[in-house]
Amino acid sequence: MTMQQHDAAAALVKMANDIADYFRSEPQRELAVEGIANHIARYWEPRMRKKILAYQAEHGGEGLNELARAAIARLAQRQGPSA
Amino acid sequence: MLSIVELDFGTPRSRSAQPVALTIDGREVSVPAGTSVLRAASEAGIAIPRLCATELLEAFGSCRLCLVEIEGRKGYPASCTTPVEAGMKVTTQSAQLQKIRRGVMELYLSDHASGDEALPTEMRRMIEAVGVREVRYGFDGANHRQAVRDESNPYFRFDPAACIVCSRCVRACDEQQGTLALTIEGRGFDSRVVASQDEGFMQSECVSCGACVQACPTTALTEKSLLAQGPAQSSTVTTCAYCGVGCSFRAEMRGEELVRMVPNKDGHANHGHSCVKGRFAIGYATHADRILKPMIRARIGDAWREVSWQEAIAHTASEFRRIQAQHGRDSIGGITSSRCTNEETYLVQKLVRAGFGNNNVDTCARVCHSPTGYGLKQTLGESAGTQDFDSVMQADVIFVIGANPTDAHPVFASQMKRRLRQGAKLIVADPRRIDLVRTPHVQADFHLCLRPGTNVALLTSLAHVIVGEGLVAEEFVRARCETDSFAKWRAFAAEPRHSPEAMESVTGVPAADVRAAARLYATGGNAAIYYGLGVTEHSQGSTAVMAIANLAMATANIGREGVGVNPLRGQNNVQGSCDMGSFPHEFPGYRHVGDAAVRASFEQAWGVALQAEPGLRIPNMFEAALDGEFRGLYIEGEDIVQSDPNTQHVTAALMAMECVVVQDLFLNETAKFAHVFLPGSTFLEKDGTFINAERRISRVRRVMRPKSGHADWEITQLLSNAMGYPMEYAHPSAIMDEIARLTPTFRGVDYAKLDRLGSIQWPCNEDAPEGTPTMHVHEFVRGKGRFMLTEYVPSTEKVNAKYPLILTTGRILSQYNVGAQTRRTENSRWHGEDRLEIHPQDAEDRGITDDDWVGIESRAGQTVLRATISARMPPGVVYTTFHFPFSGANVITTDNSDWATNCPEYKVTAVQITRVTQPSDWQQRYRAFSDRQHALLGEAGANAG
Ligand code: SF4
Ligand code: SF4
Ligand code: FES
Repeated sequence: MTMQQHDAAAALVKMANDIADYFRSEPQRELAVEGIANHIARYWEPRMRKKILAYQAEHGGEGLNELARAAIARLAQRQGPSA
Repeated sequence: MLSIVELDFGTPRSRSAQPVALTIDGREVSVPAGTSVLRAASEAGIAIPRLCATELLEAFGSCRLCLVEIEGRKGYPASCTTPVEAGMKVTTQSAQLQKIRRGVMELYLSDHASGDEALPTEMRRMIEAVGVREVRYGFDGANHRQAVRDESNPYFRFDPAACIVCSRCVRACDEQQGTLALTIEGRGFDSRVVASQDEGFMQSECVSCGACVQACPTTALTEKSLLAQGPAQSSTVTTCAYCGVGCSFRAEMRGEELVRMVPNKDGHANHGHSCVKGRFAIGYATHADRILKPMIRARIGDAWREVSWQEAIAHTASEFRRIQAQHGRDSIGGITSSRCTNEETYLVQKLVRAGFGNNNVDTCARVCHSPTGYGLKQTLGESAGTQDFDSVMQADVIFVIGANPTDAHPVFASQMKRRLRQGAKLIVADPRRIDLVRTPHVQADFHLCLRPGTNVALLTSLAHVIVGEGLVAEEFVRARCETDSFAKWRAFAAEPRHSPEAMESVTGVPAADVRAAARLYATGGNAAIYYGLGVTEHSQGSTAVMAIANLAMATANIGREGVGVNPLRGQNNVQGSCDMGSFPHEFPGYRHVGDAAVRASFEQAWGVALQAEPGLRIPNMFEAALDGEFRGLYIEGEDIVQSDPNTQHVTAALMAMECVVVQDLFLNETAKFAHVFLPGSTFLEKDGTFINAERRISRVRRVMRPKSGHADWEITQLLSNAMGYPMEYAHPSAIMDEIARLTPTFRGVDYAKLDRLGSIQWPCNEDAPEGTPTMHVHEFVRGKGRFMLTEYVPSTEKVNAKYPLILTTGRILSQYNVGAQTRRTENSRWHGEDRLEIHPQDAEDRGITDDDWVGIESRAGQTVLRATISARMPPGVVYTTFHFPFSGANVITTDNSDWATNCPEYKVTAVQITRVTQPSDWQQRYRAFSDRQHALLGEAGANAG
């Protein structure tokens, strides 16, 4: 049994992008961003949320699609300056 | 053949509401119109001898034993085929009748061996009832007494010498099972029962459901277990522990030994029918591989050491507490299984939330039906199917998508086929030509043979036709659904890019078929959708579930009998394990942990503060383990190494943990990576409840003591107490009482009511004291139905030159899930290995022939399986089951998952296949590792201390 290369951020980036892809067809962008942010807030364990926020802050959201970035920015906003 | 005698009224119950009064043997009786004279007498306590009639089958009228006299009628009509009439005067006993019956019986006996005298068959009871003591015709004439037995089936034997050619078996196979494997060949004296083309049972089309065995009034068809053990002394009603149909059985016992399982005539899910798993595949319960003593070890390379329960529990508790002290409260968690009872899953989530102090609890439904929970909650407001199984008998159009009921939900499939034989229309959407597409007397009107991974595209194009061709049930939608979300959805579905013509290149389904199927679904009368893991196990699983709910709402096919959205759950208690709050973000009854009022009610009842944030899902646990943040895991009844995708990722995560605790019957694949093994109990060894795909709560009843000393719920309770969170349940009924107190949809449920009613479909509360067969009747649970947009997002798992084929996975009738149970039974005679099904053209292109070894390579890994060339597969798609660990089916599945729930995308993996001569590297490593682990297990007894 071999150890696989593990990239913690990659899994979260993929999850966030997948969620954002679902909301792509929402005609009102505001609802899409809100929907993605709510989904992450509702279903992601806090450590995962913290990591994706940190990732966005450190890597400028590299690899994240545009809606996902906006939603994560929204989450950061909700948490206030401490996040 | 009966062992414990159950009341049988001779012909099926009439559903008429019209009473008919008549006189039988001078007694006034009143029965519903359409009742047979035989049944009317039987209900009045007047037993008329009979052989070819049973209430499970339509009357046939062949044996002539049930003759009666009816005033004003000539001759002696057969009471089983004569319906009651008002004012009829029936006589069931007279000297003349007695004489005729005796003559009939003597003829039977002169021709047929009367079978094993020790077994109390119906035949034997009838011989006594008719009063035959000797056979005047003697045994010297031509007879069948020397005919050769067919012992080929592992579970029952056919002894033609005892067969009276009553046709009950043939009719059971036709009417109950719908396989039509048996026929009566020849005429008169030469007539005899044959399986398929007289190939013997094992080689025939027989699916070994046991309906014929149950129907047989003689010893001609008898369970081998009954012949070996003798008749049972007692019987207890319980629920099958295999699939989501949740069949009710009577476990027939001799002391604590199980003689056989007999499907319960009064079972609300199965009405006396069963399949080969529930009825016969029980041998695992007493298999020598079962581990009955707790074991611990420090590292997974160490030998196991058998220890006392006390030591095992104390060790686990101290390890978990140590890990939490070093790595934080959130560094441990638990996983439950749909193979556990509700009471067990409830306790595990309570242990995690209240005892561990976090929400890191998940269940195997994560990898099967979590999208159902999500999708139906979003649209309809409740995470469950909308109907009962019997509803299918009112359906005019049956739409089966991503489900293979004849293999995975056999007893319900039989009921569905019965309805189809009555003329209901059938639409099948599946990449494979599943059996339902064409079986005896059933032919799908449409087989929408779509490419794997394109469900959402297909469902949205069906919606396009419904919207575009004016097929929306406007009035229903206006009254029952949200105006805004509907308007948005209508505009979305109407976009030309969603038309069947535009989608044809994506789905591969001819646009004309999609249009015709959509029209049939929308206008064909009552239309019901049945779906399975072929819908949920995709990167767009939740979207597809919502697309299905959209279709049902838009066409008003919801809220009454005969219609609805019906998820066919894989394992027995998928519904229940989800209901019980096994998901990291939800308390029992699907209420978010962030809901302050709900959380307060649990905090008050449990006496501790609870976390308001969701915990880790199973795949998140693996990620966290690889990050070093998650180090202790309590797994009850689940085998994540075999059943979760990307095996090498899972095993790496387990190896990164410090204390993996597996509670199970066997050293399953996950246990090979465990530090503590707690021996679990089978469904025969404990009390509890299961909830099937219809939301039906049924009792599981203990018929023998737990072989390891403790039932599973007791083990969880011991662990909780050792960790300092007290639990003091005396019996699972007390756990159910607590569930009922804390969960609005279960408020009216208790064991006494379950005993009284037999089963209950939740919601069961003040509004519905006896449960709810059909949901959303007057309004949706969420109030107004909500339409959701269903953008098709192609899977990132795409074919290319390197991986040109799509692999999809599924299951087979005789095996169950990871196979831990069924592999340890004679069922492996039908399916002894997982195989790769390949279309003839794909095989030819690669020089592959039947039985060749083929290497399968995906982006995640490699494995090797034997090939079966099959025209059931479309070109470009290969298929396998996942019942055997050595197959490594999940070594090749990827990390892709449903966007909303992370349910893995098992159904779509891009692969290449080649002819090979030896197992894959992974398989060779697996075999070496597995052999080593078994050796370490072998040392356990020696290390007892
Ligand atoms: S095998 Fe049994 S059920 Fe079938 S025809 Fe013979 S006696 Fe009847
Ligand atoms: S496996 Fe399913 S269909 Fe078969 S007997 Fe059990 S519950 Fe019924
Ligand atoms: S029981 Fe009526 S004819 Fe056989």
